[in-house]
Amino acid sequence: MKKISKSARSSFINYGIVLIFFLFFQIMLSTGKLSNSLSGQLIPICTYVIMALALNLVVGISGELSLGHAGFMSVGAFSGVVVATALKDVITVSPIRLILAIVIGAVLAAVAGTIIGIPVLRLQGDYLAIVTLAFGEIIKNVLNCLYIGADSKGLHFSMKDGNSLNMETGGTVIINGPQGALGIQKISTFAAAIILVLIVLFIIQNLVNSRAGRAIKAIRDNRIAAESCGLNIMKYKMMAFVLSAAIAGAAGALYALNYSTVVPKKFDFNTSILVLVFVVLGGIGNLRGSMIAAAILTVLPELLRQFQDYRMLVYAIVLILVMIITNNSKAKDLLGRVGAKIFKKSAVQKG
Amino acid sequence: MSEKDNRPILEVSHLGIDFGGLTAVDDFNISLAKTEIAGLIGPNGAGKTTIFNLLTKVYQPSRGKIVLDDKDTNGMNTIQVNRAGIARTFQNIRLFDKLTVEDNVKIGLHNHTEYNMWSGIFRLPKYWNEEKRSHEKALELLSIFDMQDLADATAGSLPYGAQRRLEIVRALATEPKVLLLDEPAAGMNPSETAELMENIRKIRDKFQIAVLLIEHDMNLVMGICEGIAVLNFGKIIAKGTPSQIQNNPQVIEAYLGKKKEAK
Ligand SMILES: Nc1ncnc2c1ncn2[C@@H]1O[C@H](COP(=O)(O)OP(=O)(O)OP(=O)(O)O)[C@@H](O)[C@H]1O
Ligand SMILES: [Mg+2]
Repeated sequence: MKKISKSARSSFINYGIVLIFFLFFQIMLSTGKLSNSLSGQLIPICTYVIMALALNLVVGISGELSLGHAGFMSVGAFSGVVVATALKDVITVSPIRLILAIVIGAVLAAVAGTIIGIPVLRLQGDYLAIVTLAFGEIIKNVLNCLYIGADSKGLHFSMKDGNSLNMETGGTVIINGPQGALGIQKISTFAAAIILVLIVLFIIQNLVNSRAGRAIKAIRDNRIAAESCGLNIMKYKMMAFVLSAAIAGAAGALYALNYSTVVPKKFDFNTSILVLVFVVLGGIGNLRGSMIAAAILTVLPELLRQFQDYRMLVYAIVLILVMIITNNSKAKDLLGRVGAKIFKKSAVQKG
Repeated sequence: MSEKDNRPILEVSHLGIDFGGLTAVDDFNISLAKTEIAGLIGPNGAGKTTIFNLLTKVYQPSRGKIVLDDKDTNGMNTIQVNRAGIARTFQNIRLFDKLTVEDNVKIGLHNHTEYNMWSGIFRLPKYWNEEKRSHEKALELLSIFDMQDLADATAGSLPYGAQRRLEIVRALATEPKVLLLDEPAAGMNPSETAELMENIRKIRDKFQIAVLLIEHDMNLVMGICEGIAVLNFGKIIAKGTPSQIQNNPQVIEAYLGKKKEAK
């Protein structure tokens, strides 16, 4: 038998963890054992898992710092909502509309990433952190005064107010300034969210373990040596950053289409930092760690509702525990072995 | 032999650089034959590493001309110079510490591996073929130093000597015409150094390339270099064969003699 490489094994364990997570909650859902508040968290969990993976590509794999990933998420969220709502009557099959919304959300976020990346990634230093921080704030403020409506003639845009959209009667306002996107049809599903997680994992893991991913990591480890080996630094920094922005955009579309309203404020600096916390706690460059951290820390506030006033205190304690566990090599080893065992078992069951 | 083979592969004339008021290198000239092993020696701070940084465009020269294989490298950056055929190692080792030994070599092979991001993500046939080829090539290159068993180790975890050897393998993987080695024997014990000497010769014979090396170990320099240039305060003070250099009073005064005193 051909020897399976370490990286391939680790990739398959990650797919296994996601599938087990899906099966577990799907069974809980269909047997009605899941509380309402928790079942409402399933798609947000997947969204933040995807966000953590996307940011880890920039922070962990490429070694740059982004403080505005929520900005890319909001680009994807609002463009996704516009696409899904505008095509409501044209494409009646909602999964296809969801796919279109996610793809267009990803493409527009990638465009935003390209516009930021081209000038900033040329520079060495912490410029990317500063510029993405500004981008996150700017995009939030732009969306706060953006009005988009749709009628039989097509889309109408305005930066002033809803009235200046000049729509014919019967037109619908899709994005209404600071009130955000309204009347969204909830077409995101848990299964779709899981599929997106798997696709993103597939893309990032295969990229990391290929020629391009090797180059991205080499540039992170030693830029001068990478140059002396003839690597095109700009190309690979852009590749990681734009791909990450696109994935964040896809996550944004998935997220927004799970709610009936979404406000621009949702994607602010705090959200960017929250995702960064997932990445740091899960281990910079450690995809599995950041997925687990994102999932746990997204449901935690819900689960802690019963602690009432002590909620944030417990949250802080859990944060510290996660940090200790994920950064302790012995604990990591143990987690890895447990994970491998679970995966092996599930593989046996399947086979 | 044809006339081309006698033409130098690297020709450097009047090369110089100033850092503010300090002239670190001035009027540096050297000519390397196609398969020559040459040495660059001189006291600490003489400007040896700076010359490597100029040749590889880590610093842009203030003046002078660098011609590689009949091509003027004026206006090229570090990346383009490597693609044109100059590879180097670093005095203060610069490996990709978190990558495996094999991956370090594969980075050297990067521009000779042909598949794009999408073939990598979707694992198209091109990915499998090219990865297999570069895996085999990497092991073959590592075997020069008998390092193929270390392929899966993390580069940063290797002992000092092995790290230096890996840097040479990585540089070779870029398929250079000229190989620059900055103190390749630093930190090695005498038997390792002797082995390195043999291997540098082997590399030159096998790959038919020119080697320019900076080294403080005089046994190594005098043992394998066909031509030697001596640098002091950024200027060449002597050039010649090992025996000429060893008997040059100016060199003894500036460098060799001092070294004996230190011992
Ligand atoms: N980027 C720089 N800015 C200012 N001065 C520099 C710079 N790089 C090198 N120098 C100076 O140039 C001179 C030559 O340095 P270089 O590193 O080339 O010496 P060297 O011959 O390699 O010495 P060693 O044997 O110690 O490695 C030194 O005086 C050094 O301080
Ligand atoms: Mg030096």
